Amino acid sequence: MSSATDTTAAAPAPAVPAAIAAQESRLAGASEWRLIWWRFRRHRLAFASGIVVLAIYVIALLADPIAPASTEASKPQYTYAPPQMLHLFRTTDDGWRFEPHVLGYRVQIDPRAMRRSFVTDPDTVIPVGLFVRGDRYSFLGLFESDLHLFGPIEAGQPFFLLGADRLGRDVLSRTIHGARVSMSIGLVGVLMSLAIGVVLGGLSGYLGGLVDSAIQRTIEIIRSIPTIPLWMGLAAAVPLTWHPLAVYFAVTVILSLIGWTTIARIVRGKFLSLRNEDFVVSARLDGASQTRIILVHMLPSFYSYIIAATTLAVPTMILSETALSFIGLGLQPPMVSWGVLLKEAQNIRSLASAPWLFAPGVAVMIAVLSLSFLGDGLRDAADPYQK
Amino acid sequence: MFAFIIRRTALMVPTMLIISAIVFVVIQLPPGDFLDTLASQLASQGEGLADSQIALLRERYGLDQSILVQYLKWITNIVTALDFGQSFEWNKAVLDVIAPRFWVTLGIALLSLALTAVVAIPCGIYVSLRQYSLGDNLATFFSFLGLAVPNVLMTLVLMYASFTLFDSNPGGLFSAQYQDAPWSVGRVLDLLAHLWIPAVVLATAGTAEVVRVMRATMLDELSKPYVDTARAKGLTEARLTMKYPARIAINPIVSKLGWMIPIIVSSEAVVSIVADIPTMGPLLLRSLLAQDMYLAGAIILLLAFLTVIGTLISDILLALLDPRIRHAME
Repeated sequence: MSSATDTTAAAPAPAVPAAIAAQESRLAGASEWRLIWWRFRRHRLAFASGIVVLAIYVIALLADPIAPASTEASKPQYTYAPPQMLHLFRTTDDGWRFEPHVLGYRVQIDPRAMRRSFVTDPDTVIPVGLFVRGDRYSFLGLFESDLHLFGPIEAGQPFFLLGADRLGRDVLSRTIHGARVSMSIGLVGVLMSLAIGVVLGGLSGYLGGLVDSAIQRTIEIIRSIPTIPLWMGLAAAVPLTWHPLAVYFAVTVILSLIGWTTIARIVRGKFLSLRNEDFVVSARLDGASQTRIILVHMLPSFYSYIIAATTLAVPTMILSETALSFIGLGLQPPMVSWGVLLKEAQNIRSLASAPWLFAPGVAVMIAVLSLSFLGDGLRDAADPYQK
Repeated sequence: MFAFIIRRTALMVPTMLIISAIVFVVIQLPPGDFLDTLASQLASQGEGLADSQIALLRERYGLDQSILVQYLKWITNIVTALDFGQSFEWNKAVLDVIAPRFWVTLGIALLSLALTAVVAIPCGIYVSLRQYSLGDNLATFFSFLGLAVPNVLMTLVLMYASFTLFDSNPGGLFSAQYQDAPWSVGRVLDLLAHLWIPAVVLATAGTAEVVRVMRATMLDELSKPYVDTARAKGLTEARLTMKYPARIAINPIVSKLGWMIPIIVSSEAVVSIVADIPTMGPLLLRSLLAQDMYLAGAIILLLAFLTVIGTLISDILLALLDPRIRHAME
């Protein structure tokens, strides 16, 4: 990585020494967070990924109004209907005009294979608009509405931008709804790992001695049990009769039972290196209490690292949830997560005729990639004093 | 060196014992036991199982005792007689159910490790010599992709590709005509045609990581003065690279091995479930769902054992390869 002190390199070269002095004082006077922010902003890929991550979380939060249909709205006559192309302009007798629309389907029966297939019907034009009425939903339990960001102007018309699944449900809408569970399970799970990791890692690093060895041995043992088989064992213990929310919570706890070890190691390493720093020693000699030393003096000097490590742990959680739900031990339908949705794609034959069922998998990839880039960028920016 | 190996191996014993206790608690977690599952299965088929019969069976399997007693019995039998107990569902000794599948798991794990080494090490050396070239950027791109694609998805995509492009259904271990055939060249080729998907999927994430580490260490080493000295003495570039920096850059890879084995072993379970390959993974899933607890426990325990052994081997290899580590140990 390039040096941290040229944060202002983007600004035009200073002409007079006074300007240099001004810049230096700008650097010297900036808070740690400001320095981190400057450094992070220069990391273009991480910055762009941060925006993508933010967008995914906004979409997940607003899934109900953004998705054109609800998760369970099914149109059995459109089983495995292929994706529709969104046309922006419509050609009529007197030229063309702006009118977003999709084309309807016509069912064709292949007499030899005896298979139903859909072809687009250029005569059926389904106009598409913004802020249309559609399926009713309850937005986060706060209020009810039937307003959708986009969709067919006339409710009930087939509108499958990413095709339909086995039951004629809209894959796009389900993928958007799946973001809610998949993205939040990563976040909640990581927060839980963070809580355990910071406490145990902190104790381990700060107290040292017997406590340290005990916690470190525990971490080593947990890490030498293969994660997925262990998760499978724990997830199998979740009773099928539980409420979906309880299952969701249980799966999150299971995932964070192992996730905390990484964070605990980082925290311990930082505590060990900071314990004998001058400012910690002087705080101790000044008579500050242990809690005060940890919370006021030590924690602020490394929580940027913790934030970076936490961000990097989210993709792992998302991937694990996907794997567990896919094999049927994690979340169960009617709960919708990307893993549950990918389960639809389990049958290789149905996949061969409906490859758009891969869509939730692509969503996982985008989420994981952007979270990884964001985490990498944060890790590089975490230490603004580093050369 | 010998003392180090002994000490390191002895350290495995308490680790494995604690793991076995954790595993036992985990497989005990689901409410009810196999007999409940069996009773409800029989009841759904119209054949009732009297409570007295259940109580009798429970006593026979020792399911009526406290967890501690059950655990002690279980672990004593494993340690003294390699007896992992009885599989309720298969009505066979657990070891007999697992044995054929254990070798498939081990085979796939070793195959993907070998694949990782063969692809990643030359790749890592190449990209460090051609920093920022097209190849380097491509490798970076693919490593990120390799880390981001869920194993489940990659398995599905490869199966989909194999199905649509070659019109072959790649599930299972053998094609129908080789299922019960004696070993022949054709059968081995058929086996490889079925194993390439899990091997590639499992190798991908590891390859991404190894290329990244290899590249970073190589770049560090290549800028050191001993490289200039060797060059000044007239060594060819190829010989110079392989003789010095590449040998040093291998070390972190070897220690990575110990870290990769648990990941390969545990991902293998999911990949095999997706691709329907008869390894321990699908067996574990089934035994967990049926509450066949001794079978499930034995599988998790064996997978953990593979992991611990893998770490041990990588530690020993590291000590053999690097005299500095060896001396620090002794």
